[in-house]
Amino acid sequence: MNAAVDAPAGGASGGAAGAAYCDQCGEPVEAGGHERCAARRVLEPPRYCADCARRMVVQVTPTDWTARCSRHGERHSADR
Amino acid sequence: MAAPVHTDLLAELRDSVLDRGVPATPAQVLELLRLPDERLEDLLELAHAVRMRWCGPEVEVEGIISLKTGGCPEDCHFCSQSGLFASPVRSAWLDIPMLVEAAKQTAKTGATEFCIVAAVRGPDERLMTQVAAGIQAIKDEIDINIACSLGMLTPDQVQRLAAMGVHRYNHNLETARSYFPEVVTTHTWEERWDTLRMVREAGMEVCCGGIVGMGETVEQRAEFAGQLAELEPDEVPLNFLNPRPGTPFGDLELMPAADALRTVAAFRLALPRTVLRFAGGRELTLGDLGARKGLLGGINAVIVGNYLTTLGRPAESDIELLGELSMPVKALNQTL
Repeated sequence: MNAAVDAPAGGASGGAAGAAYCDQCGEPVEAGGHERCAARRVLEPPRYCADCARRMVVQVTPTDWTARCSRHGERHSADR
Repeated sequence: MAAPVHTDLLAELRDSVLDRGVPATPAQVLELLRLPDERLEDLLELAHAVRMRWCGPEVEVEGIISLKTGGCPEDCHFCSQSGLFASPVRSAWLDIPMLVEAAKQTAKTGATEFCIVAAVRGPDERLMTQVAAGIQAIKDEIDINIACSLGMLTPDQVQRLAAMGVHRYNHNLETARSYFPEVVTTHTWEERWDTLRMVREAGMEVCCGGIVGMGETVEQRAEFAGQLAELEPDEVPLNFLNPRPGTPFGDLELMPAADALRTVAAFRLALPRTVLRFAGGRELTLGDLGARKGLLGGINAVIVGNYLTTLGRPAESDIELLGELSMPVKALNQTL
């Protein structure tokens, strides 16, 4: 599998290591219960900013994705 | 004793579909969809033989891109891009340079088809202008067939897209006519059919499929296969429901893998000469093994890489698999 579909660091914790919010559901990581989010993340780009939980503008292309938070900038599939 | 009856059905279809190219009827498709798991391998083997006999070993490879994401006024209950549901997908427009780059990425995989998709009821003038500019920019740089999927069209828009060089237009009927009102309430199955009729009359190839696993019965699945056969599309993309968070179908269970494979094979027997494309949801429903089983069970086209809003198998994995299976990628402008 390529970077775009590999499970990212953070596993069931809700996203990237050290993230405050789950990038799939937007809820606080520390609240727990993100197992389904972790499973979903394998075939999903992030939907919520891990820093502020804002919904991000996501563009998926055949080989990549970008996700942009109005406050915290852009993430790219290569960042995962 | 059910097994001999099923054996007879497959033998009957070997004669009618495989040898003579006569599509399976909806009643036969229904029987196929009810075959027990122990007959699945026989069914897949027959579907593969039908595909090889009437379509050949080539596989058509396509990439897709969302030109306009989210904010759609329609209420297709499976879709995360409807503006009527609490989906996490936000609206976005792709600019022309990114569209061209996506077409380049697609062409690099060996794909011969690039489909430009917009989440709309039908295109407005802004979208038509963007599509025209995008198609011209792609054609200036890349040798690839361009398809579009822009919702329901007016007669004028059909003519304009044909004039832009769109060779295939996708508009899915999504499901059986009898089940459609449970899936979409903001427009009708018949409105979709009208667009498909105009597309064909304008000389563009017709791409029309749908999604299985949306709660329809097997009878409705067989009905859908019959309705697609009546339409005689050039291509049928077959999606498996990927329940999207926030949509009315968000809590539905994934379709069992065996049912998905039975559907692939049954649709091949109903559409022996059609390009039958593996589309969204296959990774979740069938896992990594699904690509191989599907390609050996009636499929002769794939969407490679990512989908419109979700991620797919890496394109290289599918291309490598085609090599392993000795299935050449269809060359540009080769007619399947």
